[in-house]
Amino acid sequence: MTRGRWGLMAALALSVVVPLGLDQYKLYVLSLTLVYVILAIGLNLTLGYAGQISLCHAAFMSFGSYAVAILGQHGVAFEIGLVVGVAVAFAWGLVLGFPALKVKHHYLAMVTLGFNIIVFLVLRNWESLTGGSFGISNVARPAWGPLSFKSDRAFYLYILAWAAVVVFSAYWILTSRWGRAFRAIRENEMRAEVVGVSLRNYKLMAFAIGAAYAGMGGALFAPLLGYIDPGAYTLDRSIQFLMMVVLGGLGRFEGPFIGALVVTVLPEVLRGSEGLYLIIYALAVILMMLFMPKGLVGLWDLAWRSSRSRTSPSISSASPR
Amino acid sequence: MADFVQLSVAGVSIGAIYAMAAIGFVLLWQTSNTINFAQGEFVVLPAFAMVLFFVIFRLPFAAAMLATVLVSTLLLGWGVKQLLVTRLLRMGVLPLVIATIGLSLLIRYSLQQFWTPLALPFPAIFSRDPIRLGTIVVSLEEIGNIVFAAVVIGALQLFITRTKLGWAMQAVAQNRTLASVLGINVSRLVTITFMLNAALTAVAAILIAPVYLVKYDIGIGLGLKAFYAAIIGGFNQIRGALLGGLLVGVVETLSAAYISSHFRDAFALVILIAVLLLKPEGIWGVKEEWAS
Repeated sequence: MTRGRWGLMAALALSVVVPLGLDQYKLYVLSLTLVYVILAIGLNLTLGYAGQISLCHAAFMSFGSYAVAILGQHGVAFEIGLVVGVAVAFAWGLVLGFPALKVKHHYLAMVTLGFNIIVFLVLRNWESLTGGSFGISNVARPAWGPLSFKSDRAFYLYILAWAAVVVFSAYWILTSRWGRAFRAIRENEMRAEVVGVSLRNYKLMAFAIGAAYAGMGGALFAPLLGYIDPGAYTLDRSIQFLMMVVLGGLGRFEGPFIGALVVTVLPEVLRGSEGLYLIIYALAVILMMLFMPKGLVGLWDLAWRSSRSRTSPSISSASPR
Repeated sequence: MADFVQLSVAGVSIGAIYAMAAIGFVLLWQTSNTINFAQGEFVVLPAFAMVLFFVIFRLPFAAAMLATVLVSTLLLGWGVKQLLVTRLLRMGVLPLVIATIGLSLLIRYSLQQFWTPLALPFPAIFSRDPIRLGTIVVSLEEIGNIVFAAVVIGALQLFITRTKLGWAMQAVAQNRTLASVLGINVSRLVTITFMLNAALTAVAAILIAPVYLVKYDIGIGLGLKAFYAAIIGGFNQIRGALLGGLLVGVVETLSAAYISSHFRDAFALVILIAVLLLKPEGIWGVKEEWAS
């Protein structure tokens, strides 16, 4: 097994065992981290691997949240809401990804940015459906007959199960020929096309799959908080996801885990001063771009390599990178 | 009808300010492929500088204005180019996009944390007394903003079309490699473009400060309007950005008055999306060659 797979297994085992002893608040932070991991994996697929910038990840996320919340009000099972949310996000990913086929970075950035603002405005103003700026409260957590995931601990494990699905499916996608095609597009679009990668389908898919993961993250986010309102799905939130992925390491499989952890834990440490937190955050991102474009994972690689360089000259790895 | 004309004048007046930010934005894209996501903050920071020089230090207006433009040109023009852009330019579009997003957060929340989270009032530059032309009433402030912006944009246009430096800028915009082969110092030109952009946003800041209040977060909206304007009009043409800016200003003013102020931001967006779908190079833009 490679380093990447060992890491995954160890992380999974730890995430099942460790939280059993945590108090309610820490459990909540950890659950939130997992939700962010799902979202960040989606964005990493779109941005990190396929190089398509998306500034509307929060909008895709809102589809999942509102699907679960609205259908839940009518007594529909959580999982059905989740599937609907993922499907809606996927469909919108296709719709938005379509212009990505013919335009370049700056247009895609603008389209997605505009889309996030429109979705936010619709969420806030379509009161009969979304509850307007008050949002929807009492979003129910899933329950399967007698087996309920209402307690924080049970719901944490429930999120963990979905996170595992996301991690393994993303791993599978990225090690398949899809992943190779995505990376080929990121490195050089024209060359990728010349060697026979069908740009159209892969770019569209990279975008839509990223959106679908965001929808799933959103679906899990709503019952975790218990209430939702449009303020959670602003452009700022999308930018936050972008930073998360950058901070972790663009186009690196471990990136989203590290990014999500830093982004949820750092504000807890700097509690009470959101502005200060954002300043540190912004500085970190700028410095990262300047000196460590590979993110925190890149830093880890450096440390790893220098400690191993005496014993083995080269490390071959099948992990997607 | 009188209402409509009055609102249109108000729209053009605010649109002229958007246009300045949009033109700077287009210049940056043209010469350095930089999509400046901090363009809104590039307006906000000089606005705060203007408050510092004019309201707090009580400098005469002209001196305060000069100082503001100078600070902006040095800090946001020269400084940003030297510290950020030089290094990131070689790595393609994406790292610069992300870095400017970081820069926008840094400026916005530094102002909030280290200066004030409150809105600072700013005295009117032009008189707000109404001017009556028959049944139409406009204010001197609106006319003043339009004239001021027109002079600045006209001067810029002359600079670009009539001076050697301006020609060199056009050459770099058209083909960077060729321009450098021809002996143009591309890096120096990019620096000049950044300084020009910072001067433009500083002027926009001085004009917008009395209209909006000066607050740390107004850059979000301003930056967006500049993007819309640039894309709607045409990303690779100054005249396009000008047209786009005016259009955005007029459309948002009219739609807020006649349709719904809730969706005031949405109508400009609808135009934006229509343009992207139907004519992605912009209403007055030119198709770009394939480039990465």
